[in-house]
Amino acid sequence: MSVLDDLAVEAGDGDVIAGVPARLVAAPATTEEAAALIAASRDLTVVVRGGGTKVQQGPPPRRLDLIIDTRRLAGVVEHAAGDLITVVKAGTPMAELHDLPGQQLALDAPPAATAGGTVAANASGPRRLRYGTARDLLIGITVVRPDGRITKSGGKVVKNVAGYDLGKLYTGSQGTLGLITECVFRLHPVPLFAAFVRSNAPPTHAANILAGQFAASALEVSAAPGAAPELAVLLEGTEAGVRARAATVARLLDGEVTGAPPPWWDTPPWPADSPSLALKLTCTLAAVPALVRAAVEAGLTIRGSAGTGVLYAGVPSPAATPGQPGQVADVVNLLRAAATAAGGHAVVLIAPPAARDGIDMWGPVPGLDLMRRVKDRFDPDHRFAPGRFVGGI
Amino acid sequence: MTLLSRLRAELAPEQLITDRQRLRTYECDGLAHYKVVPAVVVLPRSAAQVAAVVRACAEERVPFVARGSGTGLSGGALPHADGVLIVTSQLRDILAVRPEDERAVVQPGVINLQVTQAATPHGYYYAPDPSSQQICSIGGNVAENSGGAHCLKYGFTTNHVTGLQVVTPDGDLVRLGGAAPDTPGYDLLGAFVGSEGTLGVATEVTVRLTRLPETVRTLLAAFPSTDQAGAATSAIIAAGVVPAAIEMMDALSIEAAEAAVHCGYPAGAGAVLIVELDGPAAEVDAQFDEVSRLCTDNGAFETRVAADDTERQLIWRGRKSAFAAVGRISPDYIVQDGVIPRTALPTVLRRINEVAADHGVRVANVFHAGDGNLHPLVLFDDDVPGEAGRAETVSGAILDLCIEHGGSITGEHGVGVDKARYMPRMFTDDDLDTMQLVRCAFDPDGIANPGKVFPTPRLCGERPGRHRGAPPLQEAGVAEVF
Ligand SMILES: Cc1cc2nc3c(=O)[nH]c(=O)nc-3n(C[C@H](O)[C@H](O)[C@H](O)COP(=O)(O)OP(=O)(O)OC[C@H]3O[C@@H](n4cnc5c(N)ncnc54)[C@H](O)[C@@H]3O)c2cc1C
Repeated sequence: MSVLDDLAVEAGDGDVIAGVPARLVAAPATTEEAAALIAASRDLTVVVRGGGTKVQQGPPPRRLDLIIDTRRLAGVVEHAAGDLITVVKAGTPMAELHDLPGQQLALDAPPAATAGGTVAANASGPRRLRYGTARDLLIGITVVRPDGRITKSGGKVVKNVAGYDLGKLYTGSQGTLGLITECVFRLHPVPLFAAFVRSNAPPTHAANILAGQFAASALEVSAAPGAAPELAVLLEGTEAGVRARAATVARLLDGEVTGAPPPWWDTPPWPADSPSLALKLTCTLAAVPALVRAAVEAGLTIRGSAGTGVLYAGVPSPAATPGQPGQVADVVNLLRAAATAAGGHAVVLIAPPAARDGIDMWGPVPGLDLMRRVKDRFDPDHRFAPGRFVGGI
Repeated sequence: MTLLSRLRAELAPEQLITDRQRLRTYECDGLAHYKVVPAVVVLPRSAAQVAAVVRACAEERVPFVARGSGTGLSGGALPHADGVLIVTSQLRDILAVRPEDERAVVQPGVINLQVTQAATPHGYYYAPDPSSQQICSIGGNVAENSGGAHCLKYGFTTNHVTGLQVVTPDGDLVRLGGAAPDTPGYDLLGAFVGSEGTLGVATEVTVRLTRLPETVRTLLAAFPSTDQAGAATSAIIAAGVVPAAIEMMDALSIEAAEAAVHCGYPAGAGAVLIVELDGPAAEVDAQFDEVSRLCTDNGAFETRVAADDTERQLIWRGRKSAFAAVGRISPDYIVQDGVIPRTALPTVLRRINEVAADHGVRVANVFHAGDGNLHPLVLFDDDVPGEAGRAETVSGAILDLCIEHGGSITGEHGVGVDKARYMPRMFTDDDLDTMQLVRCAFDPDGIANPGKVFPTPRLCGERPGRHRGAPPLQEAGVAEVF
């Protein structure tokens, strides 16, 4: 019996990736087992699945035989509090890492999302303004290559320039370069005190907060057709310091200081259970207000980090989705033009199946030829998540 | 056409150096005991010229090495005897400073400190601050993923570069990343930063600018021993404080700094800590009191607080001069660069001293204590037979200690030519092979800074979908192409 026979079971109804059903599912429990599984499934196309919070996003795989489920690869291997680092298996739920004793992995992600999935998807949220994203917090990684070899990059220390920083390459690679089995993260102390400022100031006021001396941990905007736009600021630190800064920010934005974030904080502007159109938009900081306006004028709700220029736009309900595939394409093209003019990109995360053929999910990707070459070296047979990534990678 | 005639066609005469005497100027970087005279030096004035030079190299299969200011400490910019050295010293324009976007765009030869100087009038600065910041280039920083004293809080070069224009080893001009974050596709920018010139030449760099902090407070604390200074460091981190910098010097390095710059550190100190906090005034004030208390609690017999910028610079002067200052107490020395988990500091320091004593060698310790990055300075006298060898042994043993304690063989100076042989102690064959998959994707012929980083080059095999007529480097008899 091969490892494949041992580990793989028939796929069930829920084992579907972006609309494509899998034939088999396997859930290895160790890096070694995963390596043996991958070596034994050389003829199969594979998609890696963590918490499954993002598998419906992105284009469907061209082919799908096997889902490798990482949820048995779970657990905190080490939490070295004095060194502010943690070693975790890839399937560990983010909820566990948000709440380590006295410390946190300061990476916003749904509680059910896994550490490996968060890295592979390069997911981020409001606090990226202060703490950065997975690419900044990941200091070491173990990956099983498509040829079944186990490889490591980085290590357990925050400062390290020995060899290429492959952690960056795997971050956001959407499972197209191999299976992430273990991650080492830099941690941060849990702040002593935190407060939010909520306001209806226009997005243009975000610039005043960035130019001020507030050291905000997050600066979020939310806007929708027919509603007043909102700005919300997260401040962290000592109680006295936070209170003083929050009061000034509230005055500047004509807002109010609150203990809790607004209800839309760190939630996507599309319904979680029935998303129909969802985009990620990026831009330079000064262009945030213009991009927000463009999205609202196109009939979308837009939300995200005005402090870093990373925004998400979507329609709040399937009913509000443009009816004709051509109309969806028009909206995408309009927003892509706006994002490009704003120095960034528009990536379609989710589109109605009927409209997908007519739209370019990624838009222009600088360096695509080099990316193809990287993929060809790591996965010459294109077995890992074929078609799920930029340029059909 | 030979390579040389192609270069002549692309460049003005003064941009091409072939005179043996002048070539010697470029024979080494900051690690002066490796010396190789390059075949040719070029001084391009535009990205297009860099691309033309690299394309010519690619077609003739001649190796090329990029060089910024030549301050690297691992032999990264060591020339190739049969290759072209591409020096960026004529690419020194700051192309844009956009505080409203928190970005600046610069050419690769721009000096690190000049970026901060250009941004300061707007209330911003460029955070990565290597001690060499008055001379090192941004291109070199990108290649080495350079750090500095303030990286503890602000991160390294890789956290502050958002976009690059690079010339690939094929001679193509490509953009990686951009002014906005999260460019779609693989993070090739992240792979390029720290690749030590082995993936191509950076010809334009977009960096993040950071708001100047409202308040900066600096404290110098003197301890009887490094153990106590190490314990204070751990206590500060455990209290949830993230200082901008925590730097440590031991007695020997203090002695050297006193001799060189008369920094006036407290007499009789076995170790000093420099702790700097920055940020909003209210936060800094609260944390500063806590840091002072933690230093005293852990045995500091004297603490000094910088009252103004002049006093702050005085405190920093001793630390920033430390490498050069060691020259005052020893004719020769090796600057080592290794990393350990911060909590292993006391154990590793003790072991370093034991190893040094066993070999009759003195080691002065200077380090970025906050992130466990050690810079042991191994002292020797080259005129005394056997001393250089013993120093080399101790220096290597220190790296072994770093690996043994779960650390790294380099925290900021890079692998270069100097540490390539140590890479297999830290990484398996498969780990190194995987890194070289990226190398093969960018540079299948291995012409970009060959012989650096990796102990043995990987054979890349056929490039998928591309074939070339020219015979490989070895067969061509590289010298002939000039
Ligand atoms: C006194 C002193 C103190 C130092 N302190 C620090 C410190 O605190 N922190 C720290 O990190 N380092 C430090 N260094 C090391 C050194 O200054 C850094 O590594 C610096 O980034 C090198 O820059 P450079 O312009 O001198 O590069 P070079 O030495 O010219 O080159 C370094 C490497 O970069 C490559 N390279 C250069 N330009 C490019 C380009 N445009 N594209 C691609 N590759 C390129 C070269 O091929 C080489 O591999 C110190 C050095 C000295 C002498």
